[in-house]
Amino acid sequence: MLRLLSFALLLAIWWIAALFVGAAKLPSPPAVLDVVVAEASSGALFLHLGATLARVSLAFVLAMSLGSAIGYLMGRVKLADRLGDPWLILLLNLPALVVIVLAYIWAGLTEAAAIAAIAINKLPTAIVTLREGARALDRSLDEMASVFAMPRWRAFRHVVLPQLAPYIAASARSGLSLVWKIVLVAELLGRPNGVGFEIGVAFQLFDTPRLLAYSLTFAAVVLVIETALVQPFEARATRWRPRAA
Amino acid sequence: MRLEVEITGKTFRSAAGGTQRVLAPVSFALQSGEVGVLIGPSGCGKSTMLRIILGLDRDFGGHVSRPPEARIGMVFQEPRLLPWRSVEQNVRLAAPDVTDAKLAELFRILELDAHRSHFPGELSLGLARRVALARAFAVEPDLLVLDEPLASLDDALAGRLRDEIATLVARRPVMTLLVTHSLDDAIRLGDRLFLLSPRPARIVREVPIAIPRAQRSEAELGRIRAELAALQLESK
Repeated sequence: MLRLLSFALLLAIWWIAALFVGAAKLPSPPAVLDVVVAEASSGALFLHLGATLARVSLAFVLAMSLGSAIGYLMGRVKLADRLGDPWLILLLNLPALVVIVLAYIWAGLTEAAAIAAIAINKLPTAIVTLREGARALDRSLDEMASVFAMPRWRAFRHVVLPQLAPYIAASARSGLSLVWKIVLVAELLGRPNGVGFEIGVAFQLFDTPRLLAYSLTFAAVVLVIETALVQPFEARATRWRPRAA
Repeated sequence: MRLEVEITGKTFRSAAGGTQRVLAPVSFALQSGEVGVLIGPSGCGKSTMLRIILGLDRDFGGHVSRPPEARIGMVFQEPRLLPWRSVEQNVRLAAPDVTDAKLAELFRILELDAHRSHFPGELSLGLARRVALARAFAVEPDLLVLDEPLASLDDALAGRLRDEIATLVARRPVMTLLVTHSLDDAIRLGDRLFLLSPRPARIVREVPIAIPRAQRSEAELGRIRAELAALQLESK
């Protein structure tokens, strides 16, 4: 209820601001909605949304799985941590734009280059988070698993993974927002479709309603994914914690 | 089956760079069906000794031989349950071969029936300790190691759990190693007591108790207790 109220307040502020600033700079909510409906009925909205979503999910899955594996290894094995750390610092501080531009130069304006560039941007934060998770693993439970001669996979699944779950969830959540920001830049610079491409076109035409229509629909999609997928996963991963009364 | 412990020494390197001797030469052996008890002042190195016997610490002098196929059941000082798995899952994960009947019996003896599907965070320490016991017994161990399993429980509960341990140990031939600083637990459960010195630990004296566990009357226990008290004064 409170959330709805706060959302309504946002809409009201937008509408009032639009009246003051003028439709050319900030169109009113109904004007943006008109564009959304028009784009949706022509099918263009879904095409671009779909293209962007496909890139987001591919890059996200790639970065999460690779980053989790590397982060876990670095948290568990000292040698891996020593070897990987300089690379990690380099990757962490490399601007997203540099990665994207280099990927397009080296691999051409291809889908693979775009997805790889997005994934590389997300990779280091996933590694850092999972490394922290692996470092925080409870050694006394490792010892328990070892004394009871639990096979490696069973110990990983039941002893290690539940301890990593909060870190995986945190990394997924921050990663999703990062990927969603970067995918638009990658599309703007070198893809013929997707929300980022549409925003680039709207920018060149100074078409603010179109720009808002695309970015707000995508924000809505991200919100849905967040509440429908990420939050339930988090809730399930932490369901054993006694709840505060 | 037989456990042979022959430790010639164990030192820790401290953060300052010095070395500290934790264990002096210690050797003893344990047969199937026997309960050995390690008694010593806190901090004397009992837990270090257990870690070596369990194979968790391989950086020591000497050797420990236990049959490689020996199954180990362990009750740690803290229960060390998986907080994200239910009571039943905790037991089954350590003992995947346990039958439903065996599990039901264990839960009945340890009065855990009502708590099968609870998570460890919802249990009191006494209950969590009992789950740890159930887990150790469910694996049908050849070597059972109990590290102060009754510490910080009230006397009544500790007494009941001690009887339950005695019942469970009597069911099958198992080498049991109990670490405690309660003389009472030691003389009620043990077949052979190993009295340890302060750090670096060595065995000051080995005291066998010839009377079978079930037949120890209060009078007998009193006599053994007095004997031990005399021994401990003497060794000081």
